[in-house]
Amino acid sequence: MAGRKRDDIITADTFLEGIWRENPVFVMLLGMCPVLAVTNSVMNAIAMGLATTFVLIGSSTLVSLLRNVIPKQVRIATYIVIIATFVTIVDYVIQAISLDLYNALGAFIQLIVVNCIILGRAEAYASKNRPLKAIVSGLGMGSGFTIALLCLGSVRELLGSGTLLGFSVFGAQFEPWVVMILPPGGFFVLGAWLLLFNWLRERKASPEMKEAVHAR
Amino acid sequence: MSSVAPLPSQTSSLRMIQVLGGIAMLSGFLVVLTYQLTLPRIELNRQRAIERAVFQVLPGATTRRDFLVDDDGVRPAGEGGGGTKVYAAYDADGKLKGIAAEAGARGYQDIVRILYGYDPACQCITGFAVLQSTETPGLGDKITRDAKFLANFPLDARLAADGKQLANAIVTVKHGSKTGPWQIDAISGATITSTAVGKGLNNSAQVLLPRLHPHIDQLKVQP
Repeated sequence: MAGRKRDDIITADTFLEGIWRENPVFVMLLGMCPVLAVTNSVMNAIAMGLATTFVLIGSSTLVSLLRNVIPKQVRIATYIVIIATFVTIVDYVIQAISLDLYNALGAFIQLIVVNCIILGRAEAYASKNRPLKAIVSGLGMGSGFTIALLCLGSVRELLGSGTLLGFSVFGAQFEPWVVMILPPGGFFVLGAWLLLFNWLRERKASPEMKEAVHAR
Repeated sequence: MSSVAPLPSQTSSLRMIQVLGGIAMLSGFLVVLTYQLTLPRIELNRQRAIERAVFQVLPGATTRRDFLVDDDGVRPAGEGGGGTKVYAAYDADGKLKGIAAEAGARGYQDIVRILYGYDPACQCITGFAVLQSTETPGLGDKITRDAKFLANFPLDARLAADGKQLANAIVTVKHGSKTGPWQIDAISGATITSTAVGKGLNNSAQVLLPRLHPHIDQLKVQP
């Protein structure tokens, strides 16, 4: 984990590792419940990604600010209270923006509380780094999560409804692959993306890294 | 936790209570603040959603008034008391276009809640809008898009001679076997959701329309 670095310098890597090297969905395979459940359309994927990013940044900031105040015996309880606060805020804000969107996301907004990316980052990163660094890292992780949701959402909406962001792409003759917007479609598309992502990573990796990957 | 400032080996219980209490209070403050700030917008959105649905099921309507219907008759909503809420909708000239009411029945996943429009002039159900549904996307949600299914409306909802029930109960029939104007031709592939629409309409109309009809003139006057 990058949290072991003791320095406080914010580099491009602080932001980028959430997008590529430690992508929460494609590399760490965290938060699979919303990834599979709400990616049946691009709009839902964007909304879920942004909501999670907001909670991630908000909770990282507060955890990081309070990292020297929170006794370690009650830290998990404290993190959960902080995360739940930001989730409730997001819940109200989405209801205020659009009820249709709120209905489409259903219970998954409230379930951001138990998304392990957020608690994981609070424990592994925010509680060990200065606020600004935690914010940048949270933004990176959130972006990585949103991009991953978008990858799944666009493929599933394109094949499952023949549309992209609600606009028809293939015309009226296209018979939608209904399975793509049902839960099994989520697994198929996630599997395909993981295959592609790992192949790219392996190709990119230096020879010694390659060996390490094979040894695993 | 190696990189944080060294903690005292024994944290006192008082300190834990202080920190947890402080953070809980901060959380409470943030949540209440957001609630207060977003409440007007959320109320407005809810109002708009109902309004949109009412005007969708009763095309041509521009204004609406809310009423409560029970065994004793019809009262304008807001005067207290219970009953089923109905929305009377009027066109630009102030003429009664129809009445919208909520209905619901169990579908494939959960209760399908709909709002339907009733036109007293033709004694028929003009259409419906979905208020809440978690039906399978691509299958169950066809009830709002399938042209053949929407062609079931206007749906006959005449009262029987005694005025105590519908002349013909509204019923969903298998795809392609519709024979009467009170029957709903199901969508093949979404039979359960289609049946839920029929069941919901029937349950609501059987109770509501006999109560509503003797007092329909009361709704025709617009303030």
